[in-house]
Amino acid sequence: MNLSDYYAITPLVFLVCWAIFLLLVDLWIPAGRKGITALLSAAGLLIALVLVLRSGEQVLTAFEGSVVVDGFSVFLSVLFLVSALAGIALAHDYLQRLGLERGEYYPLLLISTSGMMLMTYAYDLIEVFLALELLSIPLYILAGFSRLNLESEEASLKYFLLGAFSSGFVLYGVGLVFAATGYTDFPGIAKAAQNGSLNPTLFLIGAGLVLTGFGFKSALVPFHMWSPDVYQGAPSPVTAFMSVGAKAAGFAALLRVFVVVFPGMSVNLTPLLWALAALTMFVGNIVALVQSNIKRLLAYSSIAHSGYLLMAFVPYGNASVRSDAIAGMLFYLAAYCLTTFGAWAVVIALEKAEGKGLELEDYAGLGHRYPFLAATMTIFLLSFTGVPLTLGFWGKFYLFSTAVEGGFWQLALIGLLTSLISAYYYLRVVVIMYMRPGTPQVQRNFWPLLTSGVGALAVVILGIAPGVLLNLAVSALLKGL
Amino acid sequence: MIFLEKNIADPLLNLAPLVILFPLLGLAINLLLGRRLGEKGAGVVASLASGSSFVISLLLTLSLQAHPQAFTLPLFQWISIGSLSVSWDMRVDTLSTTMMLVVSGVGTLIHVYAIGYMYNDVHHQGDVGRYRRFFVFFNLFIAAMMLLVSANNYLVLFVGWEGVGLCSYLLIGFWFEKGKDGIGNARAAQKAFVVNRIGDFGLLIALFMMFWWFGSLEFERVFNAARSLAPAQQGVLLAMTLFMLMGVAGKSAQLPLYVWLPDAMAGPTPVSALIHAATMVTAGVYLIARSQPLFALAPAAQGVICWVGALTALLAATIAVGQMDIKKVLAYSTISQLGFMVAAVGMGAITAGMFHLITHAFFKALLFLAAGSVIMGMEGANTVAHHHAGNPEEEIDPQDMRNMGGLQKRMPLTYGVYLVGALALAGIAPLAGFFSKDEILVSLWDYSLPIFLLLLLTSFLTAFYMGRQVLMVFAGKARSQAAQQASESPKVITIPLLILAVLSLLGGLINLPGVATLEKWLEHTVAMPEAGHFSPAIALSSTLLALLGLALAWVLYGYRSLAKLQQSDPLANYLGVIFHAVQNQWWIDSLYQRVFVIPYRYISHEVLAQWFDQETIDTMAHDLGRWNQWFARVLSYLQNGFVRTYGLVVLLGVVVMLAFLATR
Amino acid sequence: MLNEYYPLVVISMIAIALGFFVVLLGSILGPRRPTQHKGQPYESGMIPYGPGTRRISVRYYLVAVLFILFDIEVVFFLPWAVAFRKLGVSGFILMVIFAVILEIAFVYAWKKGALEWE
Repeated sequence: MNLSDYYAITPLVFLVCWAIFLLLVDLWIPAGRKGITALLSAAGLLIALVLVLRSGEQVLTAFEGSVVVDGFSVFLSVLFLVSALAGIALAHDYLQRLGLERGEYYPLLLISTSGMMLMTYAYDLIEVFLALELLSIPLYILAGFSRLNLESEEASLKYFLLGAFSSGFVLYGVGLVFAATGYTDFPGIAKAAQNGSLNPTLFLIGAGLVLTGFGFKSALVPFHMWSPDVYQGAPSPVTAFMSVGAKAAGFAALLRVFVVVFPGMSVNLTPLLWALAALTMFVGNIVALVQSNIKRLLAYSSIAHSGYLLMAFVPYGNASVRSDAIAGMLFYLAAYCLTTFGAWAVVIALEKAEGKGLELEDYAGLGHRYPFLAATMTIFLLSFTGVPLTLGFWGKFYLFSTAVEGGFWQLALIGLLTSLISAYYYLRVVVIMYMRPGTPQVQRNFWPLLTSGVGALAVVILGIAPGVLLNLAVSALLKGL
Repeated sequence: MIFLEKNIADPLLNLAPLVILFPLLGLAINLLLGRRLGEKGAGVVASLASGSSFVISLLLTLSLQAHPQAFTLPLFQWISIGSLSVSWDMRVDTLSTTMMLVVSGVGTLIHVYAIGYMYNDVHHQGDVGRYRRFFVFFNLFIAAMMLLVSANNYLVLFVGWEGVGLCSYLLIGFWFEKGKDGIGNARAAQKAFVVNRIGDFGLLIALFMMFWWFGSLEFERVFNAARSLAPAQQGVLLAMTLFMLMGVAGKSAQLPLYVWLPDAMAGPTPVSALIHAATMVTAGVYLIARSQPLFALAPAAQGVICWVGALTALLAATIAVGQMDIKKVLAYSTISQLGFMVAAVGMGAITAGMFHLITHAFFKALLFLAAGSVIMGMEGANTVAHHHAGNPEEEIDPQDMRNMGGLQKRMPLTYGVYLVGALALAGIAPLAGFFSKDEILVSLWDYSLPIFLLLLLTSFLTAFYMGRQVLMVFAGKARSQAAQQASESPKVITIPLLILAVLSLLGGLINLPGVATLEKWLEHTVAMPEAGHFSPAIALSSTLLALLGLALAWVLYGYRSLAKLQQSDPLANYLGVIFHAVQNQWWIDSLYQRVFVIPYRYISHEVLAQWFDQETIDTMAHDLGRWNQWFARVLSYLQNGFVRTYGLVVLLGVVVMLAFLATR
Repeated sequence: MLNEYYPLVVISMIAIALGFFVVLLGSILGPRRPTQHKGQPYESGMIPYGPGTRRISVRYYLVAVLFILFDIEVVFFLPWAVAFRKLGVSGFILMVIFAVILEIAFVYAWKKGALEWE
């Protein structure tokens, strides 16, 4: 362990230090002026962003190979940092409005972000587990941030219990993999898997258990049960952050671990991923049809998007498709991030205290009263649906074409049909916004409006010229690929 | 990102993206800050944006002067799917800079004019707030046109092409709640858009064919691939070029798709000027000029284009003879002149066509803007008369030439510039129109005699209807109170008119016979067949014909000028039914209405909308939806809110997974 | 490889079965004469008072959490102290960082009023 190890993970170290520092500073910031904490944390995230981008394309290895910084981790780290920035932008006014203004929100968000970043650096199963816990525990607390609200508490407790449950699976899986191969670091396990010097059954079961844990974080069916309740109960900015950050972190781990460690096992794991992807797309989209609460609707939609993402990953064992799959998934995650935050910004603008203003009916008349919000929301919903000329279209296009390229056209067909179903519930919101009379009440705060405006602009501009983002995603390669 | 290419001939060329960015910047400023800028501020910003674009175009031209080979500036990779890879490049060569100069130069003058004109118009129409919107659309128009002419591949060109179509829709329907029955203007806008879409459809098919056969949409690659393909697949090239012609016919208002352009005058006058002179309609001519290597490989298509152009020219000229609306005469004259250009570029005389495009931009912008000045004078007087005399007479149509007359004294400056424009259009030496029209005629003399004769006849008619118009509007006595009290327009309107008048006077200089500046300039980009040489015989005969037309007009309308308000046209006495036909545009519009529009509406409404969509498709969709909803309810029973259930589901999932894995 | 564990499985199954068996035997064979006093909770010979499930002030939890804070500190400090010479300066620095983080948490708790008893 020497200084160059720390050099590799400077952004992470900085972010954690900054979070702890903020926790301390916040004690002396009087209530009602927590905007200072928000600004300080945003500044910290920006500095971390600069530090992340500083390393550029080079590949760094640190801590005896248990940490790797490559294009993949840089891309996702940027995604996480941007998510955290959006999470802060959405939070301040919201917390004030709902009487939840406490400074702890920001350090917790920062720590969770650093856990997500660690997830992208991790090159050792122990490290993966550490990252998983580091990102989850602050989220458990954040989900219950609205302390006096029973739903929020319930969400927090459910998330915690089921999260602990799934962490147990991951840990057990790590243990079994270690038992089967004698290694916890990725290259070691991969080497053992190649040599055949392992117990295949134990190894496979270990892989399955690890997959369970990641599936829980990314809300894959049947490990998704927590997400609608938690998404609904948690404060909206937290939900927005969680639905992007935690999901992306889960997929980051899945990508890294499966591509580096389990490529040889793809014969056995691919059918499993196939079934999970199909099930997730199916259940997510179907159940979303009958939701009348916008937060639950977005929760199920987020489940469905996990399904699309996983679909592209099914042919991961096929070396010629693998890099396409990763690029497609990164592209989709970025598209999903922009769209989700924009949509949640609109939700937050409409949300009132005590969980009011969240029913779909509350959106009636938005198109006439607040054309800007309604227009941006329409853009996001169209992008979720995957209508051409939005970013979501290209995202789905790349995912589906990867699945077809890998020979899983049936899966792509399921994806296509289920996204057809999704058009129903997404467009229903648009219909309600524009065609039903109503007098929605909107809080017009600067930062949420900015978030939704920037999101809409990005979704449209990048939807017209997706090449820029795609080039970034393609060049964000995994080490050793 | 923009300044990627470092080792290019001239750093000035790096400025190329600014020709598009400046109008967009103006647009953004007006959109975001327009309210703070105040009235007129918006117009100034927009004019400055367009003017800056012109300055950049000038710089690019100067830079090309030194090393005239075409230059491409790659901006970014736009689309890459499978084998289709389209990058967003800018092409700067002599042809595109020529277009840029015309578009931004004439465009800027129209912008300046519009500052004054629209100020009056919005007050007259009673919605001051739309002043800003107008300039936003105007700048968007310029930007789209710049995009079109600076494209390096057909797809980017198509984006500009569509952008221009969109802007024309927005601007023609600018007063969308006005016009006949309150939807007349909206109808006109819709018509323009739909007719244009028909043309665009053809162009799109041409693009698909290009991609299918050549695997690329980039100009150079397409041309090279076409050259190697041409001997084997003559039919493909013919189909491709004819589909392209369909696009041209839509945008440049040629037979059979010209019908939108006369209606397009529903927009405010500066819009008409912009559409008819500098932008929009020139796009089709530009497309043919740009694709000249393709057309050269399909001689049959060239013949078709030539005939289309010539017939359009003649038909439109005959219609123009019978129109009473000051702007409608000009609109049909535009179609007629576009026919000249299309015929010229169609047969490969690119220089002649482009030359006419430029001079036409000058004098047609001049004529439209001067006509706008006339209308403004009439409108102003009309309103004043209205207010003072307490409604002594019905409010008259300020665009109907029968209500004018004698404006020569009331609006001397407008009269002067109008005369210059009319003579230039009529092709009287030595004004701009003479040289360019003559060059087209010379080229056609070598190409095809019948077409030459058609266009010669058109020149005669052109002179006649322009003479008729000038005499009806300016000569004689005022036939209405408004015409009596009309007053000259303010400076912001007359100065652009004067500049354009000077350009119309001297425009011929850019390609004088023997010197051929424009030809040498364009030769760097477009390979041209031997151009026709100046022929005194042709020049003389066309000038004589033009003078004859003017003389005839004077005999009919000047010698005994119209006296009364509702006097019938003297021509009607001589021509009878034919004049009636001409006045009604040979009933082509109503023919289209009967043959296409009504059956189409019937099919779409009764068959497709009612039976197929509402009954068949909707039933299927509803059943599917109901089934899905039922399924969703079943699934959501599982979501009962108890952690124990959730845990159990997770556990079951894990058990099934592990059972699957353990048995492998 | 797993074969050698079979005896272990057999033994644990026997043990579980035996446990069930003995308890079952007791409940079948043993006499059952419940009285009120026998049914009361056993509190080390004291006479029980109040309901069996009492609420405990949240401060107990705060103190307990703070206790864990220092407990963990000790758990890490002891092995470090044993290997102090081996770990050298870098170990010392890391330990200082660790302690500082814990102290920040302590300061946080203090400032939040976790140590104030009424």
